[in-house]
Amino acid sequence: MRIAVPRGALFKEALDVLDGLGIDTAEVRSNDRKLLFEEAGLITMRPSDVPTYVESGAADIGITGKDVLAEHPERNVYELLDLGFGRCRMVFATVEGEDVATEALRRLGIMRIATKYPNIAASYFESTGRQVEIVEVKGSVELAPLTGMVHGIVDLTATGTTLRENGLVVREEISVATARLIANPVSYRVKAAEIDAVLEKLRATHA
Amino acid sequence: MIHPIPSGTRDVLPDELRELRAITDAMRTVFDAHEYGEVATPALEYETVLTRGDSAAADPAYRLFDEHGNVLVLRSDMTIPIARVVATRYGTASPPLRFSYIASAYRAVKQHRGQPREILQAGIELVGAPGPAGTAEAITVLCAALDAAGLDSYRVGLGDASLFSRALDRAGVHDTGPILRELAAGDMVGLERELRAAGAVELLDIARARGGVEIVPEGEPLREVYELLAEDVAGRVIFDLGLVRTLGYYTGPVFEVYDAAFGSPLGGGGRYDDLLGRFGRPLPACGWALDVERVHAAALGEGR
Repeated sequence: MRIAVPRGALFKEALDVLDGLGIDTAEVRSNDRKLLFEEAGLITMRPSDVPTYVESGAADIGITGKDVLAEHPERNVYELLDLGFGRCRMVFATVEGEDVATEALRRLGIMRIATKYPNIAASYFESTGRQVEIVEVKGSVELAPLTGMVHGIVDLTATGTTLRENGLVVREEISVATARLIANPVSYRVKAAEIDAVLEKLRATHA
Repeated sequence: MIHPIPSGTRDVLPDELRELRAITDAMRTVFDAHEYGEVATPALEYETVLTRGDSAAADPAYRLFDEHGNVLVLRSDMTIPIARVVATRYGTASPPLRFSYIASAYRAVKQHRGQPREILQAGIELVGAPGPAGTAEAITVLCAALDAAGLDSYRVGLGDASLFSRALDRAGVHDTGPILRELAAGDMVGLERELRAAGAVELLDIARARGGVEIVPEGEPLREVYELLAEDVAGRVIFDLGLVRTLGYYTGPVFEVYDAAFGSPLGGGGRYDDLLGRFGRPLPACGWALDVERVHAAALGEGR
């Protein structure tokens, strides 16, 4: 079995989970340039790429955040287990003080929202009956409202520190995201016994 | 000069086409041997005909208008066109009727996913042969076609489109919509949440069950199907009690073809005993379609 492992915020705890499964992660821990670890059956990548590799069958199972899965619900992967770690909140935030986003909505009928999660943001505001213009950014979203480019942001936050340090406040919580174990739909059947053995071990330690 | 073609479409050049032809020729020989007559139908159908078969059938498709303003749709599979053919051209013929096809179907795609808009399908429809014997025959021809295509390590996942709904019914769960949605999306975390909310968390074991015939509850139609399969065909089967297919017209056993050498199902099918009735010829039926290009890719992958 080949396992897709997310680098970044989920990396360390994902490797701890793999240790618990009896997989040797020493080489992965000591080498942050290498991407493919043939012997351990691991490949490493940014979290948002994990569903892509798992869906295509390049990895049988993988670990990624619920935020990534919710942003791309059309990905054909099985979501098998909530691993519980990497807990974050998807929030709607604006500059502290007067809520310029609500004011924009009242006066202009529409607000501009910057985000790395255009699908989540669009469906959230649509489901709450507000018109928005989504501005997709790749880097630090906090900058967008500070420069006046947008009225508010939708972003993932763990502790809220970055938001606070940039003078932003959470206005609404959209959802909570944790790390998930996902599987390729073909592997889920043809490697059912191996995958179920992994699930059983994880349920025993995470329950 | 470079002239573009629409994303999701492609040209097939002689080397590849020769290999694809070898697969379709081998499958055609299997269809002939089992007396499934080959049919061709128009790529364009009236939208009203497709939606009569399945309200979602015209959803992922291409629409255009003819010179009279009728809405035409490029077919998204061959099952509904053949149901139309049976009702209109074989209104009095005595069943069972056996048809095969090798034809293109058309689907809308999501951006940047590498999905094709045009899919070459090979498949059969067995009309008027009720389950479990009809289902067993369809699976037998399916395995013969895959063998003929040169696949070695394929497996057939076998489930039942009605099994989980029946279990929910027995458990007294009435609001099944959210539960079935999570199951269809393959979200087992969401499924557990919804089942827990409905007080039927024990059904999670059914949705998760994959394995041999021992996981199939006594008295399920799937068992009878399995008992009718020859040993080599039965050896290909993996039971999957949580298997659901995305098309709405399935009523009983459903199946999907997997090969470890390819990341997505190679094809699938199942029973749709209500479909023909919607076209005015109420006959039980089942069938399947294989994606020929995926079968080819799996055969190449196996050889590696």
